[in-house]
Amino acid sequence: MSDTLTITIDGKEIEAKHGQTILEAADAVGIYIPRLCSHPDLKPIGSCRVCTVMVDGRPQAACVKPVMDGMVIENETPELLQHRRNIIDMMFVEGNHFCMFCEKSGNCELQALAYRFGITAPQYPFQFPEKEVDASHPDILLDHNRCVMCARCVRASQELDGKNVFQSIGRGFDRKIGVNGERALGDTDMAADDRAADICPVGCIIKKRIGFETPVGERIYDTEPIGSDIEGVQA
Amino acid sequence: MNKMVPAIKAICEKYGNDRARLMDMVREVQDTFDHVPREAFGLIAEEANTHRVEVESVVSFYSFLSDKQQGAVVIRLCDDIIDRFQGSEAVGEALQKELGIGFGETTADGKITLEKTACIGMSDQAPAMMANDVMVTNLTPEKIPDIVAQLKSNPDPQALVAEPGDGNNADPLVNAMVDNNIREGGPVILSDYRKDAGLRKALTQTPEEVIEDVKASGLRGRGGAGFLTGFKWELTRKSAGAEKFVLCNADEGEPGTFKDRVLLTERPDLVLEGMTVAAYCIGAETGIIYLRAEYAYLRKFLEGKLNQRREANLLGNNILGNEGFNFDIRIQMGAGAYVCGEETSLISSCEGTRGDPTDRTPFPVVAGYMVAPTSVNNVESLCCAARIMDMGPGWFAAIGTKRSTGTKLLSVCGDCERPGVYEVPFGTKLQDILQRVGATDVAAVQVGGPSGQMVGPSCFQQGISYEELSTGGAMMIFSNQRDLLEVAEAFMEFFVDESCGYCVPCRVGNVLLKNRLGRVRQGEGSQEDLAYLERLGESVKKMSRCGLGQTSPNPVLSTLKNFRPVYNALVKESKTGFNPSFNIMRAVEEASTIAGRRSEIFHA
Repeated sequence: MSDTLTITIDGKEIEAKHGQTILEAADAVGIYIPRLCSHPDLKPIGSCRVCTVMVDGRPQAACVKPVMDGMVIENETPELLQHRRNIIDMMFVEGNHFCMFCEKSGNCELQALAYRFGITAPQYPFQFPEKEVDASHPDILLDHNRCVMCARCVRASQELDGKNVFQSIGRGFDRKIGVNGERALGDTDMAADDRAADICPVGCIIKKRIGFETPVGERIYDTEPIGSDIEGVQA
Repeated sequence: MNKMVPAIKAICEKYGNDRARLMDMVREVQDTFDHVPREAFGLIAEEANTHRVEVESVVSFYSFLSDKQQGAVVIRLCDDIIDRFQGSEAVGEALQKELGIGFGETTADGKITLEKTACIGMSDQAPAMMANDVMVTNLTPEKIPDIVAQLKSNPDPQALVAEPGDGNNADPLVNAMVDNNIREGGPVILSDYRKDAGLRKALTQTPEEVIEDVKASGLRGRGGAGFLTGFKWELTRKSAGAEKFVLCNADEGEPGTFKDRVLLTERPDLVLEGMTVAAYCIGAETGIIYLRAEYAYLRKFLEGKLNQRREANLLGNNILGNEGFNFDIRIQMGAGAYVCGEETSLISSCEGTRGDPTDRTPFPVVAGYMVAPTSVNNVESLCCAARIMDMGPGWFAAIGTKRSTGTKLLSVCGDCERPGVYEVPFGTKLQDILQRVGATDVAAVQVGGPSGQMVGPSCFQQGISYEELSTGGAMMIFSNQRDLLEVAEAFMEFFVDESCGYCVPCRVGNVLLKNRLGRVRQGEGSQEDLAYLERLGESVKKMSRCGLGQTSPNPVLSTLKNFRPVYNALVKESKTGFNPSFNIMRAVEEASTIAGRRSEIFHA
């Protein structure tokens, strides 16, 4: 078996390696497939579905689907862009996201995706759910209002920190991130220098006392849209 | 809590303190203490060598588990639309009145808890409810005072069974008031058959030959997806792995479906024979029946059958003298989650975790239960396989249509004279079935349950098959007296309740669909809302992760497609030009409450 194989993304033939996911193969040649729950240091789980592409006519999450020789993939079709936009909208209305006074603004991947997709306001009605804010930990704040259930914290704690601070609890619309303590985050062995404290794509897990260290205007997505780093890669 | 410690430790020890048996542990704690107390999460985690939050994750996922103290008796009234149309709401009112509590509450003496639950598989004898594991069927509001009085004087709900139902429902190990309602048998499953002849024949062949026979028969999965059973077994056999598993999916949760209930009652040996044939084919030594919590009343009976088969050397080591063919089966109880009928969720649940589906690369045939090659088969598929081995693939393939061979069991319920189970050859026309079940004045048939399609008379000439009207068994009939969008809204409520919440489109999209459909039903929708429903439904269908999510918008999408005039009648454009979705009276309601007076301009 040769090391490389060929797949087609939006009509463009690219080389990929065995064992890569579609997302990894696309990243390597500078094709950006939008994503939110995926993170390069974590096992992919395909929960946000933003990276859905059509593989030989069937929808598949690019972050979890391994490449196979001859795959024909559609990424930037008007239909997929619309579906992705709809999902991004859903994440805004299922929580309580107030970008204008969120510490994460400018560094937030959900907000950055919205800008990339040209979303100025969600098309769906806000659900205004009642969510908790857990400030029990001395160094870390857990604001469930901004959680998008990507489970990056769950994975980072297990895979990178060797702990088990977080896990999903409940189901359906009431699903949320639970903590491994009797009452709250303060009862867990979470530490401020855990990777799990730094990996949240939104403003759900933020560190205390460092707010606005980087001024608005100088933050990651203030100058370039999300995905620019990948699109800058030369194959 | 301190008093509970030894008992909880003993329960965990009973299951070998094995993290993979966490479901069994928390189920038994629930049964023993009528809840799984939050203070016990840490202890259970310690005993099972896992983390506290993992225990909370499991307990909070399943609807039959609760971290709040419940009564010794938990009444779960079936809240399916079929039950509602048969009068379950009046039954619910009678229950609330007699018990003096609302749904979700427990009586002041702490003895009885009242809840609603999704379809319990009794749609042919609705309204029905469960009192703990005991099924109470054919309810009327008039029967409730006696039932409640009995439960108050004797907390063992089994005492409610005055007269058992037909067939094996009268077996001492079942003793349920459930009726089989087998209306029409067919040649494959519901007829006399030679017990274990299929297994004996299979054991004279090589596993590869048996797989070839099952492939040649054209047997496709009866759960609805229609994957070729023989092919699934071949893939499982060929996948690398020291250990392999065969799982029987008896998590019959699709509302309106109850044919597996009947098979497990009347053909348990055929199901177990099919599992044994599957084990022989794929090289499995362990089988698991995943039995939905609602069918717990069949558990002892099935365990009895397993014991009989062990004694007869139909299970165990060197089965029927076949050197080296060892196979045994255990029952895994579910705990109330529709999504666990999805094969990867079912596997998660068997492994003792919450029933989130997993990604299907790798597929279970490669890495399923305990990351080993696993074949998950429907109850009915396994029955068919055993019969194919006895009668031959040619015999089976000659029944039905070219692409859908054999027969299909249908669970018929709703507005008809003879609800129950019918075994029909594939290709049988819907019109023909409606005639046989005594359904006149039919407005719509929900083929395949909420995840299937609602079809009108223009489809009644189509046949039941994978290529035309596909169904896992559910066939719900609605007369012209019924509000079809009430049905669609009830189904959306079902999916909102049963979504695991793992992926965004299913978790959020279904709530949005249900809310907008509700608005349209109230006469506050416009044509633009119908377009909104279609666009949103497409996104949920295309972008969701598992079969539940991908089919969950079907109640909206199939009614929009097949019953557009019903919607159009509700969304007449307002003559005044106002946006019908904006109701000024409702908009000022909250402000009026805060102000403590009604609006001077806008009031009723």
